[in-house]
Amino acid sequence: LNSKFEMAKVEADVPPKGGFSFDLCRRNDMLSKKGVKPPSYLKTGTTIVGLIFQDGVILGADTRATEGPIVADKNCEKIHYMAPNIYCCGAGTAADTEAVTDTISSQLKLHRYHTGRESRVVTALTLLKSHLFRYQGHVSAALVLGGVDGTGPHLHTIYPHGSTDTLPFATMGSGSLAAMAVFESKYHEGLSGQKEYLRNHLLPNPRTYVSSKGYSFTKKTEVLLTKITPLKELVDVIEGGDAMEE
Amino acid sequence: MDPSVGDLNSPHSMGTTIIGVTYNGGVVLGADSRTSTGVYVANRASDKITQLTDNVYVCRSGSAADSQIVSDYVRYFLHQHTIQLGEPATVKVAANLVRLLSYNNKSMLQTGLIIGGWDKYEGGKIYGVPLGGTILEQPFAIGGSGSTYLYGFFDQEWKEGMTKDEAEKLVVKAVSLAIARDGASGGVVRTVIINSDGVTRNFYPGDSLPLWHEELEPQNSLLDILSSSSSEPMVS
Repeated sequence: LNSKFEMAKVEADVPPKGGFSFDLCRRNDMLSKKGVKPPSYLKTGTTIVGLIFQDGVILGADTRATEGPIVADKNCEKIHYMAPNIYCCGAGTAADTEAVTDTISSQLKLHRYHTGRESRVVTALTLLKSHLFRYQGHVSAALVLGGVDGTGPHLHTIYPHGSTDTLPFATMGSGSLAAMAVFESKYHEGLSGQKEYLRNHLLPNPRTYVSSKGYSFTKKTEVLLTKITPLKELVDVIEGGDAMEE
Repeated sequence: MDPSVGDLNSPHSMGTTIIGVTYNGGVVLGADSRTSTGVYVANRASDKITQLTDNVYVCRSGSAADSQIVSDYVRYFLHQHTIQLGEPATVKVAANLVRLLSYNNKSMLQTGLIIGGWDKYEGGKIYGVPLGGTILEQPFAIGGSGSTYLYGFFDQEWKEGMTKDEAEKLVVKAVSLAIARDGASGGVVRTVIINSDGVTRNFYPGDSLPLWHEELEPQNSLLDILSSSSSEPMVS
């Protein structure tokens, strides 16, 4: 036991080199052997879509973020800002999609300052693809990148291993098969306006299951208070008093 | 979970059939257009024949990410090389750049490539760079999962000194044969013809390709097919 302690001390004295720190791996192994499960990732079971139409690009996404079987966020934002003329939908691990789009978005901004021009979609594409390839698929982000620049409207899909496709219509995420079925049957070039594709984007899904027993408490539950006191009334706010002094 | 969702996490690969063929005056490159993630077809109209320079193109197979990155690096190196050399790069140099990347990173890459092009010194040339990073100069090269069905076909049909049209017809026929038998190949057939006049890109949609064997309409009697006078009884 003593020798293990000494070993740990020696490792800590080595200056950090950057990159992934494996220090906690042994402890994680020990915990998992004792039956402690690691926290699950916030993975977005997602449908993200994009299509090129007459005047530009439309991107669409659902808003449910899940942690295993639980809905962690009912209304999360999956369409990420990259540049004023470029947006990116993300499916996969929520942290990875957020981080990678944020990182490339700031790189694009610096590039705009450097060049004095608006960003191009292929620039964002190359930055994203190089980043994801460098991490060999461990950054679990599947993206639909769309935008309009001086060369016209563009739509690309980017896979976690770093490969890209350029398509007139694209879907990603676990719901991609269903969405692709809709696109394959109805897409044609030169789609006008938005009426054919924006469907039910204002209303959330109606609650389809209503419990037959109702939602009131059972009779044995002790009810303490039925009056609801808004918190504001409990606090006296003195306005226009003297500034606090040290 | 259900198998269809599991597939979406599979690596993006190109099942593929890729072919490169030399003819009297240039080369013809051909490929199918299917990119699959597991059993789901992620892109049914992908372009696997990528430009490296004005006169050199490469057919990609294997992992989509790896082959795209290798082509991007080689295009970048060739661009610099062309500037430094002062004239168009030769097909041999392009193929060797691909080979160096494939060989030196063989443990990390999973991609088979066929480089084809035309230059004024050697004319039309085809180089195969399969997994592992060997380089082989060949009069014709086939690659990808669908190529296993074409070895016998090429042994019989290949001839030296074909014309441009003969070579292209051969390539289209070969890719459509492979598509008929290989589940990982499909979509359309794309061809690129490179010679001293320049580059021509062609596109053959799936419904214009010849049908093979069991893909024919059911007949009342096999004798109806066998008694027809055409030399290829199985083509509709």
